[in-house]
Amino acid sequence: MKLQKATRCALFAILELAAGHDRQLSANEIAEKYGISTNHLAKVLRSLGRVGLVEAVRGAGGGYRFSGNRRRTTLLDIIQLFETIDPIRNGEREDGDDTAEGKALCQVLMEIEDTARATFASLTLDTMIKLVDRNR
Amino acid sequence: MANPHGKNSEKKCTVRLAKAADIAQVIAIDAENTGLFKDEYWQDLFERYNNRTAAPDDDAPLKSANRYRFFLVACDGDSVLGFIIGEVRAWEFGSPPCGWVFAIGVRNQIRQEGVGNTLFEALCDRFRKAGVYKVRTMLARDHTVIMSFFRSHGMMAGPFIELEKDL
Repeated sequence: MKLQKATRCALFAILELAAGHDRQLSANEIAEKYGISTNHLAKVLRSLGRVGLVEAVRGAGGGYRFSGNRRRTTLLDIIQLFETIDPIRNGEREDGDDTAEGKALCQVLMEIEDTARATFASLTLDTMIKLVDRNR
Repeated sequence: MANPHGKNSEKKCTVRLAKAADIAQVIAIDAENTGLFKDEYWQDLFERYNNRTAAPDDDAPLKSANRYRFFLVACDGDSVLGFIIGEVRAWEFGSPPCGWVFAIGVRNQIRQEGVGNTLFEALCDRFRKAGVYKVRTMLARDHTVIMSFFRSHGMMAGPFIELEKDL
């Protein structure tokens, strides 16, 4: 499974900012670590700001900090801001879906979608940060 | 600013094997969580898990025949705050012996206060003493609260997949 670039940027930014209490980082610092475009990341951070997950800190030494709840926010909450991970479950249809073969294929793909959704919905940022630490 | 870590204070409790006198409170906690009073089910579980030996208080000797099933409660005095049930299962579908957790419940008003964590750790300790080093569980895919709880303890998808069909 592959996540879109904006989703990955958002997840990296949130995991960085939520890793420490009152942690404050600039878009440049985050972009550099993950080798992503600062402009692209800035747009993503604005989207995260609109839903209250990050807040911009003005002035010299400003940047962004996490303003959500680590134990309540799940990976799914963030991913869904940028993409749909279960398009078939959400009613997206493609050519051939009305045939018996298409219906069978949708049934199998929905099984995969449901598992992906359950996985993302059950991983809070707090748990994800512990997982990151175990991978250091 | 809200506490981004979202942590509540930890509730003090002790964990021990469930006794017959605890079962009414266990039934009440389960009913709080599920909306169902399953008296016979819980009495039967207690009989099968903790009442097989002469001394249900005896939590120390982990003789394989006597103590590979654990029905534990977290208590504050006489008050049962939560319960957990698990057992060591061996060679099911080719799996080497491992611990299985198949029920956990905590009183609604003390959720997020660490009782579930204490129960889970206590059960894992008993599994280790029984000689197993892997713990598994199975959950409804849409039950994200309980799945998040187990994931917060580092549990990840295992090598098995559950399949079913209508009969």
